[in-house]
Amino acid sequence: MKFLNKLPLFLFAVSGLLATHSSVAQVPYERILNAADEPENWLTYNGGYSAQRYSALGQINSDNVNTLELEWVLQNQVFGAWQSNPIIVDGVMYVTERPNSVMAVDAVTGRVFWKYRHVPAENSLVCCGANNRGVAVLNDKVYMGTLDARLVALDRVNGEVLWNVEVGNVDLAYSVTMAPLAVKDKIIVGVGGGEFGIRGYVTAFDAESGDQVWKTYTIPGPGEPNHDSWQGDDWEHGGAPVWITGSFDPELNLTYWGVGNPGPDWNAGQRPGDNLYSDSAIALDADTGELKWYFQFTPNDAYDYDSVQVPVLADIDFRGTPTKVIMWANRNGYFYVLDRVTGKFLEGKPYVTVNWSSGLDENGRPIPTPQPEGMPTFPGNQGGTNWYPPSYSPRTGYFYFSAWKDYATIYRAEESEYIPGRAFLGGGFSVLAPAPGAPTIGIGRTNPINNWTNEVGHASLKAMDPQTGEAVWSYDQFDVSDSGMLTTGSDLLFTGGREGYFHAIDAHTGELLWNVNLGGQIVMAPVTFMVDGVQYVSVISGNSLSTFALRN
Amino acid sequence: MNSFISSIKKITACMALLASVILLTQQSLAQEVGDHQYTSDAIQAGSRVYTQQCALCHGPQGALVDGVDLRRGQFRTVQSDDDLRNVITTGAAEGQMPAFSLRAEELNGIVAFIRAGFDPDGVAVRIGDPVRGRELFNGRGDCASCHRVNGAGPRTAPDLSSIGVVRTPASLQRNMLDPATALLPINRPIRMVTRNEETIVGRRLNEDTYTVQVIDSQERLRSIKKSDLVSYEISDAPSKQPTTLNSDEVADVIGYLLTLRGL
Repeated sequence: MKFLNKLPLFLFAVSGLLATHSSVAQVPYERILNAADEPENWLTYNGGYSAQRYSALGQINSDNVNTLELEWVLQNQVFGAWQSNPIIVDGVMYVTERPNSVMAVDAVTGRVFWKYRHVPAENSLVCCGANNRGVAVLNDKVYMGTLDARLVALDRVNGEVLWNVEVGNVDLAYSVTMAPLAVKDKIIVGVGGGEFGIRGYVTAFDAESGDQVWKTYTIPGPGEPNHDSWQGDDWEHGGAPVWITGSFDPELNLTYWGVGNPGPDWNAGQRPGDNLYSDSAIALDADTGELKWYFQFTPNDAYDYDSVQVPVLADIDFRGTPTKVIMWANRNGYFYVLDRVTGKFLEGKPYVTVNWSSGLDENGRPIPTPQPEGMPTFPGNQGGTNWYPPSYSPRTGYFYFSAWKDYATIYRAEESEYIPGRAFLGGGFSVLAPAPGAPTIGIGRTNPINNWTNEVGHASLKAMDPQTGEAVWSYDQFDVSDSGMLTTGSDLLFTGGREGYFHAIDAHTGELLWNVNLGGQIVMAPVTFMVDGVQYVSVISGNSLSTFALRN
Repeated sequence: MNSFISSIKKITACMALLASVILLTQQSLAQEVGDHQYTSDAIQAGSRVYTQQCALCHGPQGALVDGVDLRRGQFRTVQSDDDLRNVITTGAAEGQMPAFSLRAEELNGIVAFIRAGFDPDGVAVRIGDPVRGRELFNGRGDCASCHRVNGAGPRTAPDLSSIGVVRTPASLQRNMLDPATALLPINRPIRMVTRNEETIVGRRLNEDTYTVQVIDSQERLRSIKKSDLVSYEISDAPSKQPTTLNSDEVADVIGYLLTLRGL
């Protein structure tokens, strides 16, 4: 009797639990599709399918930005550059840590709910650090690619592994460092390994089961169109990796990806031909992976000019005609505007000193002017820019990115034998320095003293007008910058740099409005979100993820 | 304990340097240089393997990994050549340095190249008598009027107490004979005028977009906001002239500088 008396209460408790469980906010495809309508969240690596890294939030503005104060800091527990890009869903931040950990973090306090750690295979090989750039979310899951070329699905609530599937062969130095892209019911990733003679591809997995749905090579095989842009068996180990998250146009049902360098990196003579689709933009059908078009920026590349930049999409009035464009500041030193329906070249101009090419023809193909042996090539090996995420503000109409100015490299080509799973570089390079043995710029910054100085290269943040292909304004820094960009509905531009300054800049004029020295290199873009009516902006500097909001 | 380890590292670096000095002067002291002696063939083979396998992470100068400067013999844990081989073949730093599978001669070559200070050609700089060199440094060579060594002398020019560890013989020679092409950019003479009409002359220690850190002519550490400056000049011309010492004397000074290995 006593038991029976309590039964209704018990049932009530159970149904309450069920109600709580089912109220965990899902992230269906439709939410990601309309991410711009919920700027309080940051739902994809690039902030939305068009990859504009623009947020409509405007609580922080030019009048109050100087009252930003630190809310919390999350310390990284591992050594090395922290290139991860957080995703924020309904007050929970998902951020990865080297080599392959995922944390779910309370976005208001910085306290960690759970941490998942994947230990990559010991023979994982990556060229430039054990990086991971973030996760994708879809429905109730979180997805991460791994250094040993796997794709892992986690329960978004408790961090438990749901499945773990192979993306590529780790023994052949395939890896995944990019944040996956969730489109409809699929999770799409590309592979790294351009310095190890892989054959690159983009591949999609069923988001629920982990079954592979499609796989499209970035180097066409025998019988496929453009296979003749390679000779002999060069195509089998010709590189062309895809290691930065692409974008998606739902109306055209096309995903867009930047393809990396051909291999071996610096000996173009060893792989005659255009080496398609290395150093290209490619458009792949989201459902089938079928290649719809390509545009190659750097045919037969001898300079490691990966075209892994984020394809930034916008619908603009281009010189009087409504046009669906992609804007692209390429590592090769040219800024491009392409028609993303057809891949047609619309505009292209150098944004830094370029001497490997004297210009672009009417189709956007570069006119090559290789420098004599021992002479410097501009831009240098890390490029005029690289993978650092740009931003496009639909309010200003400008495209923002980090450029490296006055930076050159002396290349040396040599014959390389392809040995599976080993570096396949075809030579080497040295950064042009003003004195023999002088310190030079590295892939990352590890010295608090800048003894290389701006004489070997420095950052120039550029606001590009896609109508002209030229910079409207530039903001120079003394050191170079690998920082990405964030623009907001209040026309603020947030960015960083290797010096560790976190800057807020007027997106219209380039005027510095506020900055703070966070101490460590900023090698990813800031993100913004809102919880309980408060706008936050987060940025990773050195080993710290710092989150700011307005005072009070 | 740390200082003990660091002195061991310095000794190791000195031995490497000593080994190259001895090889350059073509004296046979194989039993004393021990396993630091490698053939020039090994060094050159190592140079090629290094470029292919190591340079991507460690950089062309070997200094891109934090806490490691291969060219100058600075490592996190490695002391002996066997340690070096072990790290290369088994990996380190929780997998951030991968394990490499190399043939014995490739492995040997990399170690040789690192121990040779990344100098595949072994530039034949003549090394003279350090005792005479010290006299020239403090006297007619006019070095000590600007440079400080082991706690004595002015601080306006770079302190040379460890210069024998951080510079190769070829670099030291170039600095004396042709300073305009050898001066590191951070060391260029600077002259600034502030809004308060103060003129600051000195040597730059560090710089970023908004600030510059200097040691001024009165040996004060100053950090200056660029927004407080009305002018900021960086001179391409070094403050020192090419030496007037003859070639034997230059060789002696280099011999002395190579003995400066820090305290």
